[in-house]
Amino acid sequence: MNSMKTNIILSGVGGQGILTIAAVLDTAALSENIYIKQSEVHGMSQRGGAVQSHVRISDKEIYSDLIPEGKADLIISVEPMELLRYIPFLNKNGWLITDSNPFINTTNYPDKEALYEQIRKYPLHLIIDATEIAKNIGNSKVANMVLLGAASTIIPLSEESLLNAIKTLFQHKSEKIITLNLQAFFEGKKIAKAHSHFAIDK
Amino acid sequence: MKHLLLGNEAIAQGAIDAGLSGVYAYPGTPSTEITEYIQTSKLAQELNIHSTWSVNEKTAMEAALGMSYTGKRSMVVMKHVGLNVASDVFMNMSVSGINGGLVVVVADDPSMHSSQNEQDSRFYGKFAMVPILEPTNQQEAYDMMHHAFDFSEDTMLPVLLRMVTRLSHSRSGVEFKSRRTQNSIHLPEDTSRFALLPMNAKKQFEKLVEKKSLLMEYSEHSSLNELKLSEDKDIGIIACGIAYNYVMENISEDASFYSTLKISQYPLPKEKIKKLYKHCHKILIMEEGYPVVEELLHNYFDDNDKIKGKLSGDLPLTGELNPTIVANALGIFQNAAKSIPEIVSNRPPQLCEGCGHTDLFNTINALIPEIGNKNVFGDIGCYALGTLPPLNTINTLIDMGASITMAKGAADAGLENAIAVIGDSTFTHSGMTGLLDAVYENSPITIIISDNSAIAMTGAQESSAVGRLHNICLGIGVHPDHLKTMIPLRKNHDQNVELLRNELSHKGLSVIISERPCVRLSRDQKEDIKSKIAALS
Repeated sequence: MNSMKTNIILSGVGGQGILTIAAVLDTAALSENIYIKQSEVHGMSQRGGAVQSHVRISDKEIYSDLIPEGKADLIISVEPMELLRYIPFLNKNGWLITDSNPFINTTNYPDKEALYEQIRKYPLHLIIDATEIAKNIGNSKVANMVLLGAASTIIPLSEESLLNAIKTLFQHKSEKIITLNLQAFFEGKKIAKAHSHFAIDK
Repeated sequence: MKHLLLGNEAIAQGAIDAGLSGVYAYPGTPSTEITEYIQTSKLAQELNIHSTWSVNEKTAMEAALGMSYTGKRSMVVMKHVGLNVASDVFMNMSVSGINGGLVVVVADDPSMHSSQNEQDSRFYGKFAMVPILEPTNQQEAYDMMHHAFDFSEDTMLPVLLRMVTRLSHSRSGVEFKSRRTQNSIHLPEDTSRFALLPMNAKKQFEKLVEKKSLLMEYSEHSSLNELKLSEDKDIGIIACGIAYNYVMENISEDASFYSTLKISQYPLPKEKIKKLYKHCHKILIMEEGYPVVEELLHNYFDDNDKIKGKLSGDLPLTGELNPTIVANALGIFQNAAKSIPEIVSNRPPQLCEGCGHTDLFNTINALIPEIGNKNVFGDIGCYALGTLPPLNTINTLIDMGASITMAKGAADAGLENAIAVIGDSTFTHSGMTGLLDAVYENSPITIIISDNSAIAMTGAQESSAVGRLHNICLGIGVHPDHLKTMIPLRKNHDQNVELLRNELSHKGLSVIISERPCVRLSRDQKEDIKSKIAALS
């Protein structure tokens, strides 16, 4: 991802907090004075349904609020089945990053190993137990920052502006919460760096 | 400096900066965040801008008209189906005209992400003969508010601003303009135009019809309707509102090659359209929603084969547009997209864990073997999810308040054990009048008001029903012996089933208020509700 035009899909289940990841990306992009459009889902789907957010950052004007099919450079998912739901948007060199933990609120949820197998068919994938990592840091809620940290290795936004965005976003929370989120970000980044595909300096 | 705003928030900030004195609204996806932004804006508080929720869209629009009558600038906000509720005042205030600028913001929901239809508010605008604005992006939405209020005061007409879900709920950087001060009170010189007796209404209607040519003139010269005639004479593209983004997404790299007309202000600029028509072999119309522009163009020209869009089958008639659909219509080659892997199953929305509605539905479901499975009439709100498996309790969902009146009509036809399930806020929005119908005839129906003390589906906004339901029902004339209360908790299941069974056996009207706060309410909100109820008693 060398060009400054990046399309990212964030996916998950209503209430899982993908909008926090979106907000960090938005804030960081705005601080770098580049164009940003970020669409999100409000309303009925937020009640435990499938939700997604399209984040587009570019050094040129962005027109569509929605990413065209086949044009997403990266899908970040907080849930493995929801990652696969947006495969039609992925470009042929696209990256996939997901938390390995399924969110099961339906009776016909597929076998998780079968989901991983499906994800592994795409060469540039990273399946992380982000929830476990977050728990070890101190709060499973920061799993989203683990994923963002991993994704930061391939997103064309500087680490400085991403970290500042996290600090800005949680400025009204306690120092402890800010530290937890930053720690989660670094843990995620470390894991991505250890992974062959991601060990490329951007 | 740019501010990161949702399309809805851009509208709200734009209105504040354009000298707004009050916003009136009832929550409804995708419009809700406009009013919420003003409610939480420190600036709006300092400026003393009214922003309390109204009981429904009709009361909201009437209050906005009242504020406009005094000379101040007001805004009324709703989702598309809310305009049906407010259509009475909407159709008539274009005849009376306004005094202070009045902007009606309506957010349509193509693809029905959170709605029961895809109606296109531009039809209403045309019907009421008012100007319509349709922004393409967040910055334009912001900028448009200044223009909308000025335009409203210039023409003395309400201005309809049409949003769609994808713009309402998409963020981008927005630059603010300097703020205009609010109007002071200046009552209308002649109030007779607001008194629509036939003799006044006739005069006013003539004036309204005469304004059409003025509005067309404005549209013709508006920079919002931008015509670019280029070398390409094959396709002339007309792109309305957000559809312009999808067109530009596909052609921006060789935009100078294409002939385009961007439309963001209606009535349509007929002369500009004629120029494009003459210049090109065919016209391709990209519009989100119904084929409003395409139908109009059929009346403009003789050769309708030249006009392509939804009616011609070049674009789908249902669902929202996206860059891929637009690319296909433009004949731009697309690699076939990968399909969703078969392993992925659907994940429909569902009631939250621990939701009181679920316990209520379990209570009703316990009686379904006795009463049949097609007797429960539902309404608009989270509890509409009781239609879906595994609950399968509710059979109908039509419009705000229809549970009570449909149950009544079914009972009139002879259906026994008809049950209406309606939320607290939906009840005060549009259920109270239907209740009076049922009271008046002592209809043999059982109405369950599922009271969670919030307008939950749209994000747990304050419900004006809080603490008032019991007295409202008594006041409307529900017999005290058949006005019952239940707490929908698992431990109360058996006694709740018994209560419902008893009321179903009553051959007249019963109302059961099922009381349990929404699980999404914060501790502060719950405390606030408690103190409000205490203050009422």
